[in-house]
Amino acid sequence: MASKAFRKPLPLQALLIFFLVVWVVMAAFPFLWTVWGSFKVEGDFFSKADWANAIFGTRTRAETGDLFTGQGYYGAWVQEEFWRAALNTLIVCAATVMISLTFGTLGAYALSRSTYRYAFWFLIIALIFRAMPPITLVSGYLPVFFDWNLWGHLPTAIIVLVAINQPFTLWMLHSFFNNIPKDLDESAMVDGCTRFQAFRHVIVPVMWPGVITTALFSFLLAYNDFAITALVLSKENQTMVPKIASFLGTTQTKGNVMFAVAAVVSVTAPLFVMIMFFQRQIVSGLTAGAVKG
Amino acid sequence: MKHKSFFWFVLPSSIAMLLFIFFPILSVLLQSVFTEHEQVIKEVRNCGPFGCQTTTSIDQEATAALREAEPLGRFVGLGVYFDRGHLALSEVSQLWRESAGLGAFFDRLLNLPFYKAIAFTLTYTFVVTPLTIVLGFVIAVAVNSAARAIRGPLIFVSLLPFIITPLVGSLVLFWMLDARGIIGSAMQVLADDPDLSVKASTPLMWTMLMVYGVWHSAPFAFIVYYAGLQTVNQDTLEAAMVDGASRWERIRYVVIPHLLPITTFIALIQLMDNFRVFEPIVSFSAQAHATSLSWAIYNDLSGETRQLSSAAATSFLTIIGVAILLSPVIVRTYRDFTRK
Amino acid sequence: MSFMKTTALASVLAVTGTAVLADCPVTEGRLSIVGNEFPAIQSVAALAQECMGEGTEASANLTADHQKINVAGMSGNPAEYTSAIIANSSIVALINEDVIRPLDDLIAEYGQDIPDLQKITIDGQVMAIAFMANAQTLVYRADVLEQIGVDVPETYEEVLEAAEMIREQGIMENPLGGAYAAGWNLAEEFVNMYIGHGGQFYEAGTPQVAINNEAGVKTLEMLKALSEYMNPDYLTHDSNATSAEWEAGNVALMNMWGSRSGVLMDEEGSEPQVYENTKVAPPLTVDGGDIPASTLWWDGWTVAKNISDEDAAATFQALAHATSPALLNDKTMGEAVWLIDGYEPAPVNEGVLAATRMGTQPYPMLPYQGLLHTALGDNIADYLQGNETAEQALSDIEAAYTAAAQEKGFLN
Repeated sequence: MASKAFRKPLPLQALLIFFLVVWVVMAAFPFLWTVWGSFKVEGDFFSKADWANAIFGTRTRAETGDLFTGQGYYGAWVQEEFWRAALNTLIVCAATVMISLTFGTLGAYALSRSTYRYAFWFLIIALIFRAMPPITLVSGYLPVFFDWNLWGHLPTAIIVLVAINQPFTLWMLHSFFNNIPKDLDESAMVDGCTRFQAFRHVIVPVMWPGVITTALFSFLLAYNDFAITALVLSKENQTMVPKIASFLGTTQTKGNVMFAVAAVVSVTAPLFVMIMFFQRQIVSGLTAGAVKG
Repeated sequence: MKHKSFFWFVLPSSIAMLLFIFFPILSVLLQSVFTEHEQVIKEVRNCGPFGCQTTTSIDQEATAALREAEPLGRFVGLGVYFDRGHLALSEVSQLWRESAGLGAFFDRLLNLPFYKAIAFTLTYTFVVTPLTIVLGFVIAVAVNSAARAIRGPLIFVSLLPFIITPLVGSLVLFWMLDARGIIGSAMQVLADDPDLSVKASTPLMWTMLMVYGVWHSAPFAFIVYYAGLQTVNQDTLEAAMVDGASRWERIRYVVIPHLLPITTFIALIQLMDNFRVFEPIVSFSAQAHATSLSWAIYNDLSGETRQLSSAAATSFLTIIGVAILLSPVIVRTYRDFTRK
Repeated sequence: MSFMKTTALASVLAVTGTAVLADCPVTEGRLSIVGNEFPAIQSVAALAQECMGEGTEASANLTADHQKINVAGMSGNPAEYTSAIIANSSIVALINEDVIRPLDDLIAEYGQDIPDLQKITIDGQVMAIAFMANAQTLVYRADVLEQIGVDVPETYEEVLEAAEMIREQGIMENPLGGAYAAGWNLAEEFVNMYIGHGGQFYEAGTPQVAINNEAGVKTLEMLKALSEYMNPDYLTHDSNATSAEWEAGNVALMNMWGSRSGVLMDEEGSEPQVYENTKVAPPLTVDGGDIPASTLWWDGWTVAKNISDEDAAATFQALAHATSPALLNDKTMGEAVWLIDGYEPAPVNEGVLAATRMGTQPYPMLPYQGLLHTALGDNIADYLQGNETAEQALSDIEAAYTAAAQEKGFLN
């Protein structure tokens, strides 16, 4: 990186640093604000009277006697047993990521190696499938799921998420496999391997960077999904996002917004660890060409 | 690759998509060309805790016979696609005949729900997509030029807008942008207008939705570009320098061509996602000011009486819209593919 | 739609019934409830589940999205849900799809104690048992009204006068509040106000909409006049945001759900000056009418059609027990305005009770009202923002409703 080609003139460097600072503030400020506010009461978090209350904790002090309160966290995790939802989310995300990548790598590998025109149309049809708004799909599933007694179970939600996630996974992994030289697996086949053996012994060892990058996006999709999990899972199998939505109240009744805020803040910590852990792979994955078309 | 091995490799993926995307799409297609039976209405007397009333109800026996005769409902062909809630053909041609000029025509066209939705949807798509790409690129360049030690945290922070559940993320931003929230107050001071309120004005609401859209999806473009930058061929860059290429020329002739395929990919995904914009409209309660196609589907499905055929027709119009929007990208991919 | 002949609620509430408990525990059958999620319904569902004895199945799926899954979940055979807890607006969807059964035989066998007041009768058949009531009524700040020296308003015209005085005297910039968020909330306000103006939504006995008339125009004009005194963001304020405005002390008069008034009076979220002076009054009338510009709501339970007789009997008994006086204790008493014998209303519920006494109409229980509600919610904002005339907005609503009603088979 010490290459002269990358040394920038001072004004440009300053400009970039300035931009970076602005962006970091933009990206992090709402989150930091949420973290700060999660230790307040609702009257301060949504301080309609004066926004400065959110900083000085006027209502928090009046209602709890302290500047900070853990009520939101206590309510979410202990009273409402948010850990159940967190556990369900963990199961759903892990399973979704693993299954979509298994299906996705197999399919995308074949798509990248086939020279027939149907492979192209396969990709295009997958893309068109992705255009379908998920809420319309879900309303089509419900009667069938109820009829066949599939409704409410975690595996149902997982397989639906896998299916909806397939087009994106296929596209991303397809471009990645395109960048793995064909000679690798073809020479293995010349040596007498079957197509699957070539895939298993030659391609699998070199595909991890791309797979991990795709995994991140699959994970985030399953993690943030609301449209499907809210309607397909029963109460005891509820995942985090619908649980958070249930804290927000309805037209006729008041909710516990601070539970939702505390819940959101507390689940960001594991994500931070995860990204720190995988950031090198994420980048090297894309580097290896996941998206080079 | 042989047909047979291709088949086995794509089988799991195909079955999943066939079962959970293709079949539902077929049923949605059926739903959009069939509507419910004529409902036989009868007068009934209802009583409850608040007294008795004479009202109407569906005559289940009479309707059941109709249902039996045609289990799918009434076939209406493209009737739902052309009714007032969708393409509104007769209303549009009437407007065309009656309106004094083009301006008046468009003004009244936007009063029809579908055209109102498509106006915002297209504006949003064509503003947010390029801005996301540009912002993502600049962030990637900036992060790439930062010291190695802080890149990890920088990546995490840059991904935050993408990670925080939109449900709560937009709730927080909604408050911040309130006339009495921190950003809203700051804007009032900056604009020197104490009555300025983002949520009360249509142009400001549109702007805010688009700013949110860029903010929310820039991290996606960023991470993809950032990775792309790692693979720019150093030798080519050095060679270009030796040849006396200026900084701009090096970016123009080496870096940008290298990143072009990545840009295609981002554009593809972003165009599609932005065309289906939905979440911010609901989270910001913006429907008085802006509606989109996906929002229209949601609205049809979330009323007390769900309008399935209408939602199905809008879904298909969305798919057609996406197909048109992506056609240039698809053509490009096709060329790449046949070159292979 | 015609008139209310009797309004028995208020008087019956005072009478204590002869409560005989249903047979608990139920020894065979299945109970599976789907319903909205708020404390009152949670209490009912919990008690019903307790009533299911050993060897029976009992579950409850309470979620804000219940309306999206209840029809699908009751259409199969056997149905996943043996009971849906619904309100008077949402029972219509279940009746339209014919997924709930008449309860008369079950009442004869297991439910003689259920007072007539709780029975929801449609065309002579009991289709649901109501257990709680709700309505939007006036909430006001006693200190502010005292300061400007006016009595508690009884009509919307008086509200406008009071609002003008509050603004003129510089007490508050935007003294009125209301859940006017475009969509369901705004449509609800229209329905309230239109009923207050004595309007009829449809041509008698038909699904043919008829709101583009004088009452419709007056209704829109009144909504707009009120909105002039509201926070400029009023089109984005649902009942959550409106309550937050109230607790911040920015609002002195508003039309609010009875079920949400209690939390405005507690110590959480606001200054003592706000919560101590928050008072509830009867719903308002408008334009010299007698019928309040508000609607009454009930929540009740139903029994699914496509289930075995055994399951239906179990479900009925468990829920009948859960909405009998056995439900009422210190904790549950304040959760809702119960329609159950032995309920003792708190002062905060005075608004809802007054609404029933004044002959407030229930929200129309018509097969096509949901379609009109959606059409209203989508088109009123254009008028309030000054983009079009009242007549244009009303004709847009009619056109949108007609297209939807044709698609659903109500109109040709």
